[in-house]
Parts: sequence; structure tokens; C-alpha cells
Amino acid sequence: MYKNFFRYLISAIFLLGFSVNSNADFKVGFVYVGPTGDHGWTFQHHEGRNAVEAAGIKTTFVESVPEGADAERVIRQLAQSGHDLIFTTSFGYMDPTNKVAKDFPNVKFEHATGYKREHSNVSTYSARFYEGRTLLGHIAGKMTKTNTIGYIASFPIPEVIRGINAMTLAAQKVNPNIKTKIVWVFTWYDPGKEAEAAQALIDQGADVIMQHTDSTAPVQTAEKAGVWSFGQASDMQRFAPKSILTSIIDDWAPYYVERAIAARDGTWNQQDTWHGLKEGMVAMGPYNSAMGADLVKEVEQLQKDLASGKVHSFTGPIYDQKGNILVAEGKVADDGMLAGMSVYVKGVEGDIPK
Amino acid sequence: MSLDISFIGILIGSIMASSVPLILAASGELITERSGVLNLGVEGMMIIGAISGFALMVITDNLFIAILGSMLSGVIISLIFGFLTQSLLTNHVATGLALTIFGIGLSAMLGKNFVGIPGKEFPILFLSLRESIPFFGPILFGHSIVLYFAFALPFLTNYFLKKTKLGLVVRAVGDSPVSASNQGINVILVRYCCILYGGAMCGLAGAYLSLIYTPQWIENMTAGRGWIALALVVFATWSPIKVLIGALIFGGITILQLHMQAIGFRIPVQFLSALPYLMTIIVLVVISRDSRKIKLNTPTSLGRIFYKEK
Repeated sequence: MYKNFFRYLISAIFLLGFSVNSNADFKVGFVYVGPTGDHGWTFQHHEGRNAVEAAGIKTTFVESVPEGADAERVIRQLAQSGHDLIFTTSFGYMDPTNKVAKDFPNVKFEHATGYKREHSNVSTYSARFYEGRTLLGHIAGKMTKTNTIGYIASFPIPEVIRGINAMTLAAQKVNPNIKTKIVWVFTWYDPGKEAEAAQALIDQGADVIMQHTDSTAPVQTAEKAGVWSFGQASDMQRFAPKSILTSIIDDWAPYYVERAIAARDGTWNQQDTWHGLKEGMVAMGPYNSAMGADLVKEVEQLQKDLASGKVHSFTGPIYDQKGNILVAEGKVADDGMLAGMSVYVKGVEGDIPK
Repeated sequence: MSLDISFIGILIGSIMASSVPLILAASGELITERSGVLNLGVEGMMIIGAISGFALMVITDNLFIAILGSMLSGVIISLIFGFLTQSLLTNHVATGLALTIFGIGLSAMLGKNFVGIPGKEFPILFLSLRESIPFFGPILFGHSIVLYFAFALPFLTNYFLKKTKLGLVVRAVGDSPVSASNQGINVILVRYCCILYGGAMCGLAGAYLSLIYTPQWIENMTAGRGWIALALVVFATWSPIKVLIGALIFGGITILQLHMQAIGFRIPVQFLSALPYLMTIIVLVVISRDSRKIKLNTPTSLGRIFYKEK
């Protein structure tokens, strides 16, 4: 009985909310996969939302939304309650976003890291994080004394494999003896496990630690052990001031503000965005002075060249582990190939988990 | 890579460090369960301990207060469980689950302002001995005080349950609350104490994560260790020493599988990731095969509601 009572109460609240919202001004909704306090992926999206809010546009967000059926419910709820533009910020929201978009042709949808744009009101966007990895690889190749780079990987998806490859190619270029050791932890964040993985890699002789997971535990472990490390997703320098050489920073704010204003002013149109260093969606944290002035200068130049397009992270000749050619000499990998990358390049050890 | 003797020493040292939260939480839960109370809120109490410890460290800048406060917060939150199950006679399983969900939510709320603050370095004992003695150095020295306490705890717990009068009282209450009550033992009071003790140990386990192991606060940072501790208690058939063995196996294989990956063993990674769970269960089941002993250790009235007829 009480259960029913609560159901009525909740529906009443939602109806109330609906009737109020339908007259309200332009509103943007955000759906997050993690808590805003993860200090990684979701944290950076939330920073982007704050920027939209600062630009004078009303926003709401729902955090820790599991990918799957729950996501569809949340997205639908946002669309129903008068949101004009909805950012869905995780790969797993791809199908739910498209499904809801079909029923709400007047609402605009922006899906992060996906590739499906089944309806004209769905755009997709992502960042070329691999450009950042190229810089990390260059630095790592120069800084390592043991010629061993430790890489903490999360899940075997193209995004992660692309990062490993970009880093390895850049490191090989400056240091042909480089070895990349990879540990898969099968989680986006579990500080304990990430710390253990970092420690294992350090014990195995890695003196540069790199991560594609979200917590700050690996850089802290590196700091304790006195080896080099790189921050991930946000500037993690204050967690390991001595150890961190630089961080890859996801900066969604300019894109979010631009798209929100476009939607408000009626100039929004469907697009597929893949921005990198050039547009500032991928940014680098401050370079550690321990790198030495020469290397900092070199890396800053490389960063400029990557941004201007003079240098591409995947420039041929690139071979896979068996020695088959992936990208011919003088060519660069096209976006289609990058988006679907599922093999290691030559020089990476081990197999990709299936 | 190099499998020399000092490397193995370092390896054992890091295995010990990784099993500490499991030992603490499982030892606490073991006492609670031996008194006949099944508290599934271990994960919730741990995460509350983790945020309380970290928050107090940031506010007071005093690690001693932080550790003490984390245990106290574990006591407070377990008191809710105690009041519900012992005074209001609610179902243990449902209340425990609610406690975990509540704990995770509450910790996230409390922790909002503590995200992104680096932790403080926790003092490490006998650091010079750790480096000067090969093999035994990294195993015996260079740890935090909490680690030494954790490794003493299962033996103390064993002694307490088997050799002291109070231990006997706890076991009596867990096995047959009605007879214990008839003997003049205040069953509810004993169970309250055991619940609160379990809460304190879980709080400490959480603080070990947020203050010592990975000094920082991140939402949901216990990442399921509370559930593993709960499972350990059952598979160790409520024996404190077997809890210690189980925690070490779990921690050990977790670390070893990471090393095997780094070395480049051609074993599917998913299998390696599942290995800690699998091996811990197998080993504990094998070493606890004696059904007579299992019967002896299992608290007969576990999870059953007791009320005194007046």
C-alpha cells in the first residue's frame, strides 16, 4: 500500500516538475557514468558543465548512471522534462541516446566517444587523446634509464589500444631499445588495484609509469618509488609533484559552451567532432623541469607540430606485431582506421585480451 | 624478470600490504558473526571509515586522531545496524544490505569536498632495517603500525575466542542464545558489543585504504573489498587463522597475476583476473574439509533474530 502511495507521490512530483519546466528557458542536461567526484573522466565533463553554467545557461546533471537500460530511462526523463540539449558522456550510452532521440526530434543530443548518429538530432564528439600519448611516449623514451615503460591499461577497446600504440611509436622513435610492459586491470577505477599494478610494473623494472585508468593511485605509487609518471584526464601534479612529468588533460568546456550556445541560438546542426591538441580539447599539463630545458623545448615543438598537423601520431611505415604493414611509408593513418584500431604495433609485447 | 631472493622479499612485502584491509575487516566481521549476527554492511562500514579517516586527517592534520576517528565512525554506523537488528528485531540480511548502500551514499556525500586533496605520508617503521637486510627486510620491516596490528589480530582473535571467558560467552551467544540467556547472559548486550567491535575494525580497514595504502579520497574506493572480506569469513569457516591465510592467498594471487602480466605470460588476462577469487575459495575449502570442525566453528544461530520472552 505504502509502495503505491510513494509511486503516486513520485509521479506527482515529476508531473509538477514537468509542468513547470515546459515553460522554462533553454536548458541543458548532462548524463555522467561516474560520480562527479571521481577526479578523472566524469570530473572533467562536470568542469565542462560548470563552464556552460558560467556562460549563463541553465543546466542539470545526473551522475553515476549505469550504461544500459537505466541510461535510457534517465535520458528520456531529461528529454521529457524540458531539456533542449542533452550531453550523454559515456560510450555505453550510444544506443539509448539514439533511441530516445527518435522520440524527441526537437531535443538535440550529443553523445561522447560514440559513432552512431541515426537521427538528425544526434551529434557525436570525442577527443584525440592519442596525440597526448605521442608526447608522453617521446618524453618516456628520453627519460627512461631501464628502457622499460610500464602501462596500466583498463579495457581492450580501440581507444586504449590507440593510446598504447601512439605512445610506443613515439618512444621507439627516440629510443629504439624501448620495451612497453602492459598490465590490464579491467576497471576504470579501483585505486587499490591500480596502485598494485603500478607497483608490480615498478618491481619489474619499469621506471616510467603510464596509466589509462582514472584514479591518482598510480602516480602516487610512482612518487613513493621514485620513478616517473604521467597524469591522466586531469592535472594530477599535486598528487605527485616530483614524479609527474606532465598530464593529459581532457578539456570539454569550450566545446560544451559552443554547442550549448549554438543550440540556444538555433544554429546547432548535426556533426561528428574529433578534436585534439589543435582545438584544445586535449591539453597538456605543465612540463616537469626535471625533464631538462632541452627536452621541454623539444616536446613543446612536437606539441605545436601535432597541433598544426605537421606531424601525425600515426605516420607510416607502421607494422603490426607480425610485421605486416599497417600504414605505408609516407602515409598517415586515416580516422576510420584509428577509430577501429584493434591490433598492437610492432614492439609492443604480449597479446590483446579478447 | 629477475627472480632473485631480494625480489621475492619485496613481492611478499607488497602482498602483505595488500591483504591488510581484508584481514582487519574479516577479523572484525568474524567476531560479529560468532555472536550470531550476520552483518552484510562490511563494505558500507569500510567506506565510512575511509572517508572519516581521510576527512579528519585533512581537518586536524593528525593521523592518530584520523585513525581513531575512523574506528569511531565505524562504531557509530554499526550502532545503527545494532539498534535495528537487536532492538527493533529487523532482518539481518536486509538491514546489512541497506547499511552498505547507505554507507556508500553517505560517504560520497561527506566526501564531496575532499576529492582531489593529496593525502599525508603515513609514518613507516624500521625503514633503515628494510633496506639493509635482504629478503627479510622488506617482509618484516618498513610497514605502518596498522599492518603489524592487522597481522597480530587473527592470533589475538583466536586466543580471545578459545582461551578467554568472554570469548566463550560470545560463542555461547552465537551458538545458542536461548541457553545463554537462561544462564543469565545478556545476549543483546553481547551482540551489541560484537557488532560495534566489527564496525570499529571495518572502519580501520577503510582508513588503511584512504590513509596508508592509497592516501587519497575517491568515491567508492573500497571497490568491493568488504564483500571479499565477508566471503573470506565464510570460506575460512569462522576460524581467525584461516581468515589470515585466505587474505594472504587472495592478496598474493592478485599481486602475482599483475606480475605475470608484466612479465608477459601467455595466459588469458581474464583468467588471471579471476584467479584470486578461484584460488582463495579452492584453498580454503580444501583446508577446511573436516566437517566436524566446521560444525564446531559455525555459529548455529547466525542471522537468526533473538528476542527475550518476558
